[in-house]
Parts: sequence; structure tokens; C-alpha cells
Amino acid sequence: MNTAEEPLVADATDSSQTTSMAPPPEGVLRRLGSTNTAWIFLVLVGICLAFSIMKPHAFATAFEARTVATNASVLIVVSVGMTFVIITGGIDLSVGSVLVFAGVAAAEAMHAGSDRSIHAGWGTIWLGLVVALVSGLCWGVINGFLVAVARVPALIVTLGTLGAAYGLSQIVTHGQDLRGVPAKLASDVGLGRLVGGIPWMVAIATVVTAVGAAVLYGTRFGRYTLAIGSNAEAARRAGINVRRHLIKVYALQGTLAGLAGFLALAYFDTTTISGHSSDNLAAITAVVIGGTSLFGGRGTVIGSAIGVFIPAVLASGFVIIGVQSYWQNVALGVVLVAAVYIDQMRRQARSRQ
Amino acid sequence: MPSPQLEARGIVKHYGHVRALRGADFTVFPGEVVALIGDNGAGKSTLVKLLSGAGHPDAGEILLEGSPVVLSTPLEAQRLGVETVYQDLALAPDLDGSANLYLGREILRPGLLGKLGALDKKAMRRGARDAFAELGVDLQNALTAVANLSGGQRQSVAVARSVAWASKIVFLDEPTAALGVVQTARVLDVVRRIRDRGISVVLISHNMPQVLEVADRVEVLRLGRRVARFNAAHTSVEELVGAMTGALGDQESVA
Repeated sequence: MNTAEEPLVADATDSSQTTSMAPPPEGVLRRLGSTNTAWIFLVLVGICLAFSIMKPHAFATAFEARTVATNASVLIVVSVGMTFVIITGGIDLSVGSVLVFAGVAAAEAMHAGSDRSIHAGWGTIWLGLVVALVSGLCWGVINGFLVAVARVPALIVTLGTLGAAYGLSQIVTHGQDLRGVPAKLASDVGLGRLVGGIPWMVAIATVVTAVGAAVLYGTRFGRYTLAIGSNAEAARRAGINVRRHLIKVYALQGTLAGLAGFLALAYFDTTTISGHSSDNLAAITAVVIGGTSLFGGRGTVIGSAIGVFIPAVLASGFVIIGVQSYWQNVALGVVLVAAVYIDQMRRQARSRQ
Repeated sequence: MPSPQLEARGIVKHYGHVRALRGADFTVFPGEVVALIGDNGAGKSTLVKLLSGAGHPDAGEILLEGSPVVLSTPLEAQRLGVETVYQDLALAPDLDGSANLYLGREILRPGLLGKLGALDKKAMRRGARDAFAELGVDLQNALTAVANLSGGQRQSVAVARSVAWASKIVFLDEPTAALGVVQTARVLDVVRRIRDRGISVVLISHNMPQVLEVADRVEVLRLGRRVARFNAAHTSVEELVGAMTGALGDQESVA
């Protein structure tokens, strides 16, 4: 294919002689240390320690950990997708509405697939999952197409689909939350636990986070996502189909919002139509706190998951130590602005070099 | 004289009412460093764009190794072994040197993981280090984001990338314009090394002494036409400037 590839591979044997290359483990550590991820993880640990010291018997319990983690699961799934979108330099405000729409679509499908859907079996539940994923995917593709091909700013596109998906959900349900979620779904997935007492919700969110992190860090898809966010023109000149990739990224986010909608359905045992209007901002906050740059090009999935936990732990901790839970919003606002401020400082320090 | 590797004949390009190129010719012979010089507005950038697939000539033909080619996109030019390093470098600043070198041409792992799109980062880092070493580029930490590198190192990454994938010709558009003395010397050294690998280099530059130092031949554009060709060993800065400004007249003097 080219002249350079042969020497590139042929010289592989003397790679150990060069000292300028750090061995991978050290490199990974250094990379972790140089990102916000490590710092934000320390902040989370610090918050947990503080609450544990103040109320050891109430806060530092398996029950509390399980509750906080389960409550955070839906938002974590959304935030994994949001990480990819923000790394491309985009934004997705529609996630909460898409989540609701997917939940409604899944509930309707399971209802149609079985007369007495509350007693429905796994077949119906799988049908519901597929409907949730596909409806989320469709909204994602619409978002991606409008952003990448029609070149409407992502903020406006997803503001539009935020309204559209929410409105359609209300039209279908006449504004009434749908009941009749299969009991098995609610009991086994929503409230069920795996061996060792780990809730299914937490296990699913963990798998989504792990896969998301592996995709971002170790695959061509992740590399293109970072490259487009870093310099879209460079990516284009390198032969990357930027439009197609952007559509894929928004489609991924839509599909994950669909999965989150299905999880919410399982967890709350009903469609929670009006309960997700601030999910978009919560996800964006988590992603930014987690060290992903709003300017694109940089970010980690693990950081976003940690970013979900900081407000979640604050909320639970404030309740336990008897502080009005509204203080959580104040604390969160401070953390958010501080995270972006630190990102800006790092950028300036870098460009001075 | 050997037959040309790349030849442009009678290239015309209009931008609205502006005639950027008015029947320009340009020749690259195999394994040489040829400098393309000209005053501002002479048509250098336009010609480079057309020869690297970033635009289409209104008239004229481009021959690669004797046969006519249509360079419809930069990717088509790259596929034919012609790479271009633009002044803005087109690097992804948040990615490291290795990721930039392999951008769009990533090495995937063998087997199922590779089919899923898993990157073989070790192989790419190894390849990148060798590619940089081959050009004498000292990139101490292959894991550093390009944004953390100095201007000269960034330039080196961009040049190394184009050289790694070019099999025939590399266009370098003002590669030293933003660099200091030491870094400039390094880049010029890299230019010679590229030539020594058998790849032709087209150097677009304003810096006449530099052109004479590194180029084998010089072609001069003026007002959208080639007005002179020189053998770099037998010419002087005065002569080049004379050709650029038109003081020598518009006849081609083939060296």
C-alpha cells in the first residue's frame, strides 16, 4: 500500500531498546494522573469520606450505597452517550425526552403484544426492550442527520427534538402515565439483584460504562470521535467521513437514551413522563464534571460515571446529615463551574507552551 | 534527463473574475527537491491545491508518471501516493503523535477484536516511533498530546505523517514559516531525508536562501504562469528574485 509500512513493522524487534517510550502501564497511569478524571475521583472519595465520618452508621452502609447506585443507573447510561456527543464538540438536550418517548413506546408495545401485559413473560419484555432501543435510535439518527448533514447547530436541533419527542409522548398517552408494566420486568430488573446483592440496574449501568470506556479508548470509533472533536477539518483531510461518524455518535446517544428509558420503566414500574425534564442538564453536568471538555476532543467515560455520582452522593449525604437537600443544587453548581474553570486554565496553560 | 514524475500542463483556474492560474506548467522529477516560488498572488497555493486534489482545474492536464490523472479529492491524490502538508498542519491537537500519524489509517488488532474496531495501539506507537526516528525527529514522549509539543515538533509530526504515507511526492507548503532557526534547520534536514528515501519533495517557500540551500531545482511562478526554471546549484538569490518580480522578462530559461 505504501512505502512506509514495511520499515514500520520490520523494525519492531528493537523497540525495547528505546527508552523514550514509556511502558504502557506507566503511560496509562501518567495519563490518568494528568486528566481531571483522577482528581474528580478523589473529590468523590473525599465527599464519601466526609459523610461517612459525620454519620458512619447511616451513610457508610451497603444499603445506602446500593440505593445511591441504583438511583444513578439511568443517568449513567445517558451520560455515557452524552460523553461521546460532547467529545465531538456537540450537545444533546433531547435525551430526557427521548428517554420518555422510548419508555412510552416500549410500554405501548408490551401492552399491544399481550392483553394482560402485567403478567407478560420475557418474550414481551424483550419486545419492549427492542422497541425502546429502536425508537431511541431513530431520534438519535434524526438528531445526527440534522447536525451533520443539514448543519443546524446541535443546541437547536436537540432543543427541537426535545420538544417533539416530549410532545409525541404526551399525545400518545394523553398526558397520563402508562401503567401495566410487566411485573416481571419491574421485580426482576427494576428491583432485582444479582448474586452478591448487586442490583440489576447497577450491573447494567456498569456494563454500559465499561463498554463505553473500551469503545472510546480502544477502538477506531472512539479515536474518530476524539479526532473530530479535536479538529474536524484534520479528520476530514485524513479521510474520515465526518458526517457519517457524527450521525453514528448521535445514534449511539439516542440508543442509550432508549435503553435508559427502558430501565426507568423497569425501575419506576410506570412511564415517568414528567420526571425527566432535567435529565439532559444532569447528564451534561456529569460529563463536564467528569473532565470532558465542552470544546470537544477530550474526555473519558469513567469520568462521566463519577460525575453522575458526585451529585447523587451529595443529595443522599445532605439528607442523612440533616441539611436541606436543596443545598445539593448549590454545591453542584459550584462544582460544575469549578470543573469548567479548571478545564479553561489547562487549555490556556497548554496554548502558552 | 529522466521522465517527469508529476507534470502539470497549461493549468487554468478562475475564481470568479480572478484568474489565479493562466496556463501554468509545473514539473517534478523523481527523487528531487523542487522549490516552487513566486510572489504573493502568483498562484502557488492554487497550483498546490489543484495538484493535491483540493480543487479542479478549469483547463489543462495533470500527468502522474506519464498518464493523465483526475485528482478529484485529496483522498484520491493520497491514494496515488501524493501527500500534502498545509501550513495549518491539520493535526488533531488532543491526540498524540502516533494517533495523528495513523489518523484515518489506524492499525486494527488481528482477529475478532479487530473486526469490532479495536485499535492495535502498540503497533501504531512502534510504527510512529520508527517513522519519527527515520526522519531524525526527536519525539520524547509518544503519549503526549500534539498540543503540548513545540511548533517544530508539531511540524515534524505533520511532515512525518505525510512522508509515512506518500509513495511518490510530498508537498510542503511553507514548512518553516513559523519556526525558529534551529527548528528550521531540522525541518530542512528532514526534507533531505525524504528525498533520500526516493520521495520527491515540492517545497513552497518565500525564503530564497533556504530554497537555494535545500532544493535541487527551482520553478518560478509569476501572474499564474511558470516564467522560469533554474538548477539550484547554478543560480543566485538575485536571479530568483528577478524572475519572481518579472525583472528578467517572461521567457522560460530551462537550466
